[in-house]
Amino acid sequence: MTKEVRKHLGNIKGFAIQFIPYSEIKSLNADDRIRKILNIVLGNNIIILQGKLKAEEESRLIGDTMAMIGHVKDFKGIELAVIGSDEKTNVFDRFRKSFVNVLSGGDMAAITIIGPASVVKEIKRNPKKIELLLNK
Amino acid sequence: MAKKGIKGILRRLLPALFKNKKDIKLGFYGPPNAGKTSLANRICKDFTGEEIGTVSKVPHETRNVQFKEKVEISYKGKKMTFKMIDTPGITTKVDYEDFLKYKMNKQDAKNRAKEATQGIIESIKWLDDMDLVVIVLDATENPYNQVNITIIGNLVARKIPVLIVANKSDLNKADVKKIQDAFPEYPVIGLSAKYGKNLDDFYDAIFKLSKKVK
Repeated sequence: MTKEVRKHLGNIKGFAIQFIPYSEIKSLNADDRIRKILNIVLGNNIIILQGKLKAEEESRLIGDTMAMIGHVKDFKGIELAVIGSDEKTNVFDRFRKSFVNVLSGGDMAAITIIGPASVVKEIKRNPKKIELLLNK
Repeated sequence: MAKKGIKGILRRLLPALFKNKKDIKLGFYGPPNAGKTSLANRICKDFTGEEIGTVSKVPHETRNVQFKEKVEISYKGKKMTFKMIDTPGITTKVDYEDFLKYKMNKQDAKNRAKEATQGIIESIKWLDDMDLVVIVLDATENPYNQVNITIIGNLVARKIPVLIVANKSDLNKADVKKIQDAFPEYPVIGLSAKYGKNLDDFYDAIFKLSKKVK
């Protein structure tokens, strides 16, 4: 670990990274998925979720997050990023991907990262890399 | 009896005939401070002489959904009437302390944050009611932001036509191509709402997309 990284990490309050396999949310409805995610995030944890939420679930997650700001102490919202699901592919690859998605029940190629804004300052996403910037 | 039958047919046919005359609900969505209100103001001012809302350097200046009815846009001899809907900027976090940098007192900052969160909820609710949406992005910022993707994903799921505007193209740091590369499946127009630069391309795209409105 470089001196620079250590200097920054030394100032962060406790947090954990929790991995959620898609199988854990597959059978849940939208309300329960969002509730599960927010419960973990409110515990100052960063979630790494296998797969991704539907667009309408993501917007509901944002809406529910907004409703909690000001009502939950020190909660300022979330940082959210999805990687790996929208690579430019040809028609055949896209068809194959859709077929696999139907069989597995979700977009397994994607990874969703969600963290509390009090811990995660920014998730910088470029097509080929992702940077997690943490708050001091 | 025959009279009643004709009346019934007319009642069914007339709304269908004039369906296209209905004002198109044109929504302005995007992250805070991208220039949604500036663009909506520019259009409203050009065609009605009035603005839709106030603009500010402080984020979340628009905290309620704002409307301007019957905005008739004329472009190259064509005319269309829109209901313009300017929405609060959508983000995943709101921290009142961010407003303190703008010399705002703590209570005002807290009030602004509270109103901003309510505005975001309102913006999301309004997604269902749009006919056509302009996503306004700041061309100087990184477009790979999940909120942008979430908004577009919601519109696609609802089959609502989308136009992406890369605003602030007058600034040196602006990178319209980066936005085009980030969203290759959607029309992207680079413009400057502040200076009214490249609005012709914007109106052209709006008129084209209006034909896709269901």
